[in-house]
Amino acid sequence: MSFLTLENLKKSFGQTQVVHDFSLAVGKGEFVSLLGPSGCGKTTVLRMIAGFETTSAGRIRIDGQDVTALPPARRQIGMVFQAYALFPNLTAAGNVGFGLRVAGVPRRERAARVAEMLALIGLPDLGDRYPFQLSGGQQQRVALARALAPRPRVLLLDEPLSALDAKIRVSLRAEIRELQRTLGITTIFVTHDQEEALSMSDRVVVMHQGRAAQVGTPAEIYDSPANAFVAGFVGQLNRLPARVVDAGTGRVELAGHPLTLAATLPASGQVTLAARPEAFRPAPAGLPVEVETVEFLGALRRVHARLPDGSALVFDMFNSPDAPAPRMGERLTLAVDPSAWIVEAA
Amino acid sequence: MRLWSWLGFALGAVFMVLPLVGMFEFSLRARRGEYSLDAYRSVLGDPQFQATFAYSVVVAIVTIIAGVLLVVPTAYWVRLRLSRLRPVMEFVTLLPLVIPPIVIAFGYLRQFNTSSFLPLTGSARGTDFLLVMGYVTLSLPYMYRAVDTGLRTLDVATLTEASQSLGASWVTILSRVILPNLWPAVLSGAFLSFAIVIGEYVFAALLDRPAFGPYMVWVGGNRAYEPAALAVIAFGVTWACMGLLTLTGRLAAHHRAARR
Amino acid sequence: MTITAATPAPVPAPPARRLHVGGTLAAWIGVAPFIAFALLFLLLPTLTVVIGAFRAPGGGFTLEHVAGLSQPRIVSAFWISIRLSLATAALGCLIGFIVAAAVTRGGLPEGLRSGVMTFSGVAANFAGVPLAFAFIATLGRLGFMTVLLREWFGFNLYATGFNLISFWGLVLTYLYFQIPLMVLVITPALDGLKREWREAAEVLGASRLQYFRMIAMPILWPAVLGTFALLFANAFGAVATAMALTGSSLSIAPILLFAQIRGDVLQDPALGYAIAFGMIVLTAVANLISILLRGRAERWLK
Repeated sequence: MSFLTLENLKKSFGQTQVVHDFSLAVGKGEFVSLLGPSGCGKTTVLRMIAGFETTSAGRIRIDGQDVTALPPARRQIGMVFQAYALFPNLTAAGNVGFGLRVAGVPRRERAARVAEMLALIGLPDLGDRYPFQLSGGQQQRVALARALAPRPRVLLLDEPLSALDAKIRVSLRAEIRELQRTLGITTIFVTHDQEEALSMSDRVVVMHQGRAAQVGTPAEIYDSPANAFVAGFVGQLNRLPARVVDAGTGRVELAGHPLTLAATLPASGQVTLAARPEAFRPAPAGLPVEVETVEFLGALRRVHARLPDGSALVFDMFNSPDAPAPRMGERLTLAVDPSAWIVEAA
Repeated sequence: MRLWSWLGFALGAVFMVLPLVGMFEFSLRARRGEYSLDAYRSVLGDPQFQATFAYSVVVAIVTIIAGVLLVVPTAYWVRLRLSRLRPVMEFVTLLPLVIPPIVIAFGYLRQFNTSSFLPLTGSARGTDFLLVMGYVTLSLPYMYRAVDTGLRTLDVATLTEASQSLGASWVTILSRVILPNLWPAVLSGAFLSFAIVIGEYVFAALLDRPAFGPYMVWVGGNRAYEPAALAVIAFGVTWACMGLLTLTGRLAAHHRAARR
Repeated sequence: MTITAATPAPVPAPPARRLHVGGTLAAWIGVAPFIAFALLFLLLPTLTVVIGAFRAPGGGFTLEHVAGLSQPRIVSAFWISIRLSLATAALGCLIGFIVAAAVTRGGLPEGLRSGVMTFSGVAANFAGVPLAFAFIATLGRLGFMTVLLREWFGFNLYATGFNLISFWGLVLTYLYFQIPLMVLVITPALDGLKREWREAAEVLGASRLQYFRMIAMPILWPAVLGTFALLFANAFGAVATAMALTGSSLSIAPILLFAQIRGDVLQDPALGYAIAFGMIVLTAVANLISILLRGRAERWLK
């Protein structure tokens, strides 16, 4: 039984349609990310759920109630904005208590709830600080507490981490997810950062040109992208031109090297083979490459290499003492799991 | 909401436009029973008008030059070397908005009278000079603010370091690097100063200079329709100044965009 | 008489950079011309006035001149000036705020806004003598509106007790530059209100009014107070408009001072000093109050 339902949402600004027929059902307590490049319509969808944008067509239901025509103030939604959306004239406690104050919650009850929320976000002693006295990470945590204090039915997060430093971003990611689980609140998270989306979500909606390109768990999105856009947008992908030799047995020729694939192939002609960097590993025999540069990424080494026909290939190697890094100009042969290849018509 | 906005805007617009319509209509009434440009003819043909207007234009131009020479190097220097002086500068340059001009003018009369250490009021040239200094003071808040804002967008320190590394002297840096980049800001300050100075009354009257402001008051006391014509002319001058100001602002923005 | 193109917003000072331009002394020489100018043509003249207000004819200190301000004629002039400045500053702030809010936030077309700003720049500077002429031409006994109302609507404005050469006539005239000045100064502040604040308030359940009262107004308040003080000083020091409008029939403080200086018959030469001193004190107090209130309202700002 879904808690938040979007049915055939459409949105046009003047002549341009930015959201096409977008539907989504989110279960109670689920954490769903809308992932996509800027201009893909993800923020517009979020703003329609919040009520800041009217829908050109379609319905939005929360817990069975049709909220499509309700103003934002009556939707019982919590929202965290990209950055600096705390009220600068109120203290942290004042910000957190704002929603309760406008709802007419008595002062004592309000103070208790504010203290509870501040403790929950790990800032129990900073209630008297004004936003300018807080760091970016603290501000966003206060913003989260502010959104959650009135016990909203749905939590909307609009790129809440994008203005923060890399390190805080990662730690806050985990905190948000944990808080969300604890409270069991239905959450929609908008981001352009695939790492955030994949690491935090129960499900991810990859958006492209106002449509859902794929909806699935992070693993589904990453391992079996539904189409070329998803494959290219989520994770790094090698895309190599190949020639079909025998569609029946799955034999192709890649840069003069014969391969056998598990995927179904078009009868003949050219195809594009795609595979992620981690699908390759050095082996005594296989795809011949020449190493160009090696990037050191900590636990991994990312190797940039070339195939005999000149096309570029990127693959990852684990960083371990017994496997020394390949040197520039070194020739290697790579083995690939036949099922790792994604075949696209050329 | 939008309806209320339109209503608020419309009421404001009516209040602001009516006096303009009024003065224009009135200025055309010089001939009984029909509209004519007689009032304008009479004003423009008056040698007194020509003399006082020319005098005020000259004073305004000298004021602008003096103001630029005073403010640009100072604002530049404060931004570059003496940033701890900035609160003081803010304060001093805002003082002319707080101290009534008539008080400053009164101070001048007392401080620079014929028996003082600097008897500027003793000669016509000296009084002209004093008038210009008074006007520089009056326009200081606008001039300083405009130039300082301009400097803020320039990144003075980097420009200066770059010029210094190429061996430029201070005069060269100011006149060849800073000033050309600052033109839009300087011009906007200049047009504002012009608008303030051209019809100024208190300083000119108290220092007894043959300026446009006192002339207008005189006409106001002695003629019926000419004052409205003068008001139209003065409004035109102010409008031209502000139009040029907006234009330089747009050109500067355009220029900046083009450079990017 | 006064216009401001931008709010004097506090700007965070950039980190100081070390440049090789000689020692500290050299640094101060760079601002020496300005210091000399400010001393000679701004600070010393003001000081002369202040000292003059307390100097006995033979030298030495006296409070006699300042005590002379208690003459009924002078007290009433100051009182009219204060009321005039308060009324025009308050109405100017209120109406200017409404107009600025309508233009920036009210969903009016974008083109209207730049037109209003340019016009405000002109109108805020269209003060002094020509402004008085414009109002006489419009609302004087033979003015455009007066005639129009009488001939088209049979309404005799002056029969209602209205007189342009009166306190409220002056208020009306002053508003012509006070309102646009407020518009010019407050618009950048209104632009500084972030859309996210309104949206955050909305989604938390606040009504428009609650947002305005609890968020927008407290944020704008310092700017409004600062502008109020500016408008007050602006009206308090205005001489030309009032003189051209009323001759000297309406006795306000600056006109009194003007007459005192001009007349220079000087039954009491020190009285001019005292009046000028009183004017400085009043505008200073107005600004001080606004700064103090602002300090309280701005405690959430660095």
